[in-house]
Amino acid sequence: MTDHAKPVDAAVPDPSSEAHQRYQEAYEAARLRDIPFETMSGVPVDPVYGDPPYPGQYPYTRGVYPSMYRSRLWTMRMFAGFGTAEDTNARFKAILRNGGTGLSTAFDMPTLMGRDSDSPWSLGEVGRAGVAVDTLADMEDLFAGIDLSGVSTSMTINGPAAIILAMYAAVAEKNGVARADLAGTIQNDIFKEYQAQKEYIYPPRPSVRIVTDMIRFTTAEMPRWHPVSISGYHIREAGSTAAEELAFTLANGFAYVEAAVAAGVDVDEFAGRLSFFFNSHSDFFEEIGKFRAARRIWARWMKERYGATNERSMLCRFHTQTAGVSLTAQQPENNIARVAIQALAGALGGTQSLHTDSFDEALALPTERAARIALRTQQIVAHETGVANVADPLGGAPYVEWMTDEMERQAEAIFAHLDDLGNGSILEGVYAGIENGYFVGEIADSAYRFEREVNEGRRIIVGVNAFTDGGDGQGDLLRISAETEEMQLKRLTDVKQRRDDDAVGRALAAVTEAAASPTTNLMAPILDAVHTYATLEEIVMAMEAEFGTYVEKAII
Amino acid sequence: MTVGETEGADTETTAAADRETAAESALTPTQDARLRIVLAKLGLDGHDRGLKVVARILRDAGMEVIYLGLRQTTESIVTAAEQEDADAIGLSMHNAGHLTLAPAMVSAVAAAGMNTPVVVGGIVPEEDVQTLLDAGVATVLGPGASAAEVAQAVRDAVIAAEADAS
Repeated sequence: MTDHAKPVDAAVPDPSSEAHQRYQEAYEAARLRDIPFETMSGVPVDPVYGDPPYPGQYPYTRGVYPSMYRSRLWTMRMFAGFGTAEDTNARFKAILRNGGTGLSTAFDMPTLMGRDSDSPWSLGEVGRAGVAVDTLADMEDLFAGIDLSGVSTSMTINGPAAIILAMYAAVAEKNGVARADLAGTIQNDIFKEYQAQKEYIYPPRPSVRIVTDMIRFTTAEMPRWHPVSISGYHIREAGSTAAEELAFTLANGFAYVEAAVAAGVDVDEFAGRLSFFFNSHSDFFEEIGKFRAARRIWARWMKERYGATNERSMLCRFHTQTAGVSLTAQQPENNIARVAIQALAGALGGTQSLHTDSFDEALALPTERAARIALRTQQIVAHETGVANVADPLGGAPYVEWMTDEMERQAEAIFAHLDDLGNGSILEGVYAGIENGYFVGEIADSAYRFEREVNEGRRIIVGVNAFTDGGDGQGDLLRISAETEEMQLKRLTDVKQRRDDDAVGRALAAVTEAAASPTTNLMAPILDAVHTYATLEEIVMAMEAEFGTYVEKAII
Repeated sequence: MTVGETEGADTETTAAADRETAAESALTPTQDARLRIVLAKLGLDGHDRGLKVVARILRDAGMEVIYLGLRQTTESIVTAAEQEDADAIGLSMHNAGHLTLAPAMVSAVAAAGMNTPVVVGGIVPEEDVQTLLDAGVATVLGPGASAAEVAQAVRDAVIAAEADAS
């Protein structure tokens, strides 16, 4: 051994190294949770082991913060939404009572597609898979009795995101909370809609203009708000591999950066508020490698390609959700084990927040009992397993480091392809990949490969193609009654009767006018329209008049 | 029209001629090559992973797949089934709208004077299966159905519909 300063135990950081001294300073400056950082048996443990760069140090492979979960556990953010706004409001309050620390809103299909509950398209879908929001009145009920200055709210919506954000800001304003004090995230990741989730309204280019308008608006007026949550979750659920999820998501992130910079925003003014959303599937080490690679790639590209100088712009902070697609309808209780393992991968991968799926979600929205078990699952990971004591506890393990490198290698190959497609622009490459079916084709190929492997028995899914004996009862499911649709329609009719139609008409005309002027920010006229109780669909259509609609080429 | 280039129901194939020959011969389970299946997502639901996998399964089983894709209406599906002389219509539902949308599809097929069987797959709780069958849905395929089960269910539905019609 030539390095005499190095301790005998290679896993213990060399206290004299410059990187470790920097780490130690940063760690000591952090506020820590008031618990003993020791094992169950009372063995004290260090905040980090292994080699630099340490957590909180570029390129952040090992974590975005030096003290990680010693300072603050990941946010336990449980996604909820069903029925009317009042139904979901009650579930929100239950989540907060049960120790949930953030709200996450699921909207129903018509809302996600910018349709009102009384649209012919909405028949049978109102309040089914999330909460129905037609006007500001619904948003007022959704957050009634919740102090919006004291929670962080995530809203999963994309096509009509600008309108929903405006409604949230309007509700806060009515309750005396300044929009500058609102904390939260709106998904608003339109690229992955064309690639995977398919909840688009307008063609890609005007849709990206709306996204950049929202980035500009929140940069100026809502400094605590994350205007885009760049989401691989849906790409994975649609069938991609882990590396495709990683690469498509980060490429989409680069594309938003290029779009916002082109719209005149300095990269360091907004990039720090971009956040990510990944899937945590069942292949434990592949997932952990993916999370670690995501941080390293993002940091390097932001610094080297996009010239970010603010450290925060380089941090890939992300939300994780366990893989809905991995849940089986057969022997549903087995899903509790799947979710626990996936949640553990998220924690070991250094996620900033986590949603754990409920075991009954293969068939319906979760019952309250199943949702509670899911929350308890991540509380067990957080408080009982000890994994939160040490940052990146798997860092340095040969397999984990190899997997991290492999994920990065595969992702870089995809970036190179997109860069080629876009002649040196990832933004143009992503547009081109949407237009030529590259993304949907790759995802469908991967999905089919997986299904064939399951079909041929080369891949075992417990309870589905092996070990199928035993309880197969589906148990209680959450049912949304047909009355929900009737109630929501009545609410909408009432609001339309009460409002000033002339004011609505003027506000909608202003939205169309702003849409026609590419340099005008759409947020101001949308906020005005929301205040008149113009409906979601009316505002969507006011923009559609200018932007047109997008129809996907049907390819399999 | 072949799978992979379907952009809607705007084809002008020799559908009428095909119809005549189809009527002359009774179907047997081994005649998959003759089966023409329209696959679609009805309504707003955008979950198309399962339907795309099924499209490839049926294609691999030798059937001809007319994939309409997303955001179809009962009218657009009936029109496509008519123009393509489809032997069956396959819908995939993931948004809990099946109790409304699947019966609407069956009614639209009947209203057009057709007897094309409607096969439903996706997320359908067990307790809803009988309701859908009572409403005239030919078969409901649950999550976890194997490729062989999917192809067989479509064949059986077509055979049953042919038997009903004769």
